[in-house]
Amino acid sequence: MSARAKFKFRLYIAGDTRNSSEAMVNLTALCRDHLPSRHVIEIVDVFLEPQRALADGIFMTPTLVKLAPAPQRKIVGTLSQAQPVLEALGLTGVA
Amino acid sequence: MISPSHRKRTAPAASDVVARRTPALDPAKARTGIEGFDAITHGGLPRGRTTLIAGGPGSGKTLFALGFLAYGARECREPGIFVAFEETAKSIVGNAEAFGWGLPELQRKRLFFLDAQPNPDLIQSGEFDLSGMLAALGAKVREMGARRIVFDAVDVVLALLPDEAAQRREIYRLHGWLVALGLTGLITSKAGEGEADFRNKPPVNFMHFMVDCAIVLNHRVALSVSQRNLRVMKYRGSGFDENEAPFVIGTGGFDVAIARTPGRKDIKVTQERVSSGVTRLDTMLGGYYRGASVLITGFPGTAKTTLSGAFAEAACRRGERTMFFSFDSDSGEVMRNLSSVGIRLDRYVKNGLLRMVSARTISGSAETLLVHIKALARQHQARCVVIDPVSTLAKTGNELTAHGVAERLIDWSKAEGTTLVCTSLLDEMNGQLEGGTPLQISTIADTWIHLNYLVQAGERNRGLSIIKSRGTAHSNQVRELLLTDAGVTLADIYTAGGEVLMGAMRWEKESAERVASDVAEVAGKLKRVSLDAEEAVLQVRAKSLQTELLAKQVEKTLLARTTHSRKGELSRGRIRMRELRGADAATARHK
Repeated sequence: MSARAKFKFRLYIAGDTRNSSEAMVNLTALCRDHLPSRHVIEIVDVFLEPQRALADGIFMTPTLVKLAPAPQRKIVGTLSQAQPVLEALGLTGVA
Repeated sequence: MISPSHRKRTAPAASDVVARRTPALDPAKARTGIEGFDAITHGGLPRGRTTLIAGGPGSGKTLFALGFLAYGARECREPGIFVAFEETAKSIVGNAEAFGWGLPELQRKRLFFLDAQPNPDLIQSGEFDLSGMLAALGAKVREMGARRIVFDAVDVVLALLPDEAAQRREIYRLHGWLVALGLTGLITSKAGEGEADFRNKPPVNFMHFMVDCAIVLNHRVALSVSQRNLRVMKYRGSGFDENEAPFVIGTGGFDVAIARTPGRKDIKVTQERVSSGVTRLDTMLGGYYRGASVLITGFPGTAKTTLSGAFAEAACRRGERTMFFSFDSDSGEVMRNLSSVGIRLDRYVKNGLLRMVSARTISGSAETLLVHIKALARQHQARCVVIDPVSTLAKTGNELTAHGVAERLIDWSKAEGTTLVCTSLLDEMNGQLEGGTPLQISTIADTWIHLNYLVQAGERNRGLSIIKSRGTAHSNQVRELLLTDAGVTLADIYTAGGEVLMGAMRWEKESAERVASDVAEVAGKLKRVSLDAEEAVLQVRAKSLQTELLAKQVEKTLLARTTHSRKGELSRGRIRMRELRGADAATARHK
C-alpha cells in the first residue's frame, strides 16, 4: 500500500448521543496517531439527514465507512477497540 | 372480506350480529384481518402500542406480521413499514406471493420494506445503537404517513449488542420511538422454547414486560402430526381469550381457529326440513332439519357413503350448492360407485352445483382439515356439506385435538346454516359399540343414524336404525337398507320369535306368505264354483220335483174325480140292481 494514499472516511452519527460523540473522539485520535495529514472525515448526522441514512443503508449508529482507498469498509460502533479498526483499515503493519 | 367503509355502515346494527363474525369495532384496536385472531383479542392488536410476537423458527411470526401490514394497507388505509432484520425484503415478498395479498402493488404507495440485515462482514468496534435506523425510519413514517410498523426478527440485531444492558437499552429506545410516533408496532422475535422463553430468556423476557400485548406461536409435532397453536399471553387494557388457539397457514395466509365464545348469540333455528334422499327414511324421520348436523355411523361397507351420496343428490336436485368431501377414496371412484346404485352425481358436478373434493390430498392435523373444509365450503357457498368420513379427523396423532375440531365443525356449520352430513367409521376390531363414536360427536349431532350388519342364516344384511333425532318424532324400528340399481330404499323387516328377519329370510317369509295367500284364494274360488254347481243341481232338482208335484196333484184330482164318478156309478148301479132285483130297498140302503 502506498504510504501516501489518502484515507476518505464518512462517519454517520446520531446527533450528540454518547456513542456518537465517543466515535468522533476515537476516530479523530486514530487519524492523528496513524494517518497524520492523509485523511478526510465527512460527518453525517442521521438526525439531520435521515433520508441519506436510509439511502445509504445505515441502521446502526455510529457507523464509519472507509470510502477510499478501496476496498470500501464499514465499521460499526464507537471505535473504542482500536485493534479491529486498524485491521479493517489495513493499518496494522504501519503501527 | 368486507371493506372498512362497509363495516362502518353496518356498525350501528352490530349488537345483533353474531359476535364471532364481526368482532365489535374498537377504535383502540388495529384489525389484523385474521378473523380468528381478531375474535380472540376482541378486535385486533392494541392501536398505537407495541405488540411482541415470539415463536420458534418456522412458527409463522413473519407471516403473521406481514399479513397484519398487508391488511392494514389494503383494507384500513393504514400504510405500513416492514423492517426486515433477517430475511431480505425480496424473499419475504416472494414467499408471500402465494397468499394473494398483492404486495408488489401495495409496495408502490402503502407498504415499505426496509432491508436492515446486518452485513455478515460487518466489523464491530465498541458499542452502537439503533438511533440511526430510527431516525431514518422516522423520516419514512412521515413521508408515507405510516400507521403500522413491523420489526421482524429483532433478536438478530439485538444479538450484536455486547451485553444485556445494551440490549435492554435498545429495546427501550425502540419502544420509546414507537410510542412517540403513535405507531401500532409489532415486534417479532425468536423464542425456541415458546412460553418458557418469555419468562427466562433475554431479550424476550424483558420485551415481554415492556410491550402491551404478547403473543406466542407454537409449532409442535405430536405423534408425527404437526400442530400449530397461538396464544395471547397478555393484553393490557383488554380482555382476550387466554386459551391456545390452533391455527394453520392456509391458502389465504394465517387462519386461526376460534373456540366457541360464550358471548355468541344462539343460532337462528328453522323448521324447514330437507330430504335425506331416501323417501322411506324421510317417512321415518320427517327429513333432516335445515342446518342440522347428521351423523351416520357404521362399520365399513354398511352403505354410509351411499346414504350420504343420496343426500347430496337430493340437495342438488333441489338446486342447492353442495360440497362432498371424501377422505376415503377418489371423488371419481365415489361417483362411479354411487352411480351403481342409481345415484347420479356427475351431472351436478358438471353444472357446478356439486363440488367433490377428494380430501386424501389434504394432509395434516385435524385443524388443518377443518380449515380446509371451511375455506372450500365457503368458496363454493355450499348449503349442504357431506364429510365422508368425519372419523378421519381422529386419525393417528390427532386424538387430542380431534374432538374439539369436530365440535367446532358442527358449531361452524350451524352458524352458517349449513346442513351437514357426516359419516363416521366404527371400528369393528376395536369393539366400539353403538354408544361411542371416536369423536364423541354423537352427543352433539342432531340426528344419528346407525347402520349395522345383521348376520343371519349365512347372510349379512344392512340394518338402519335411528338412534336419535332431536326435535323429531321418529320410528323406533330397525329397517333393512336395500341398495338396488334404482336407488336406495328401506324395507320393512319381519320379526319372528324376537329375531329380526332380513335378506333372504325376509324374502322367504314374504314369498311364503304370498304363496299361502294365493292358495287360499284359489281354494276359495274352487269352493265357490262347487257351491255354484251344487246350487244349480238343487235348482234343477227343485224344478223337476215341482213338475212331479204338479203331475201328482193332477193325478190326485183325476183320481178323486174318477172315484167320485165310479161311486156314483156304483150306487146308481146298485139302485138299479135293487130295482131290477126288487129287493128290500131299506136293507140295501142300510148297508
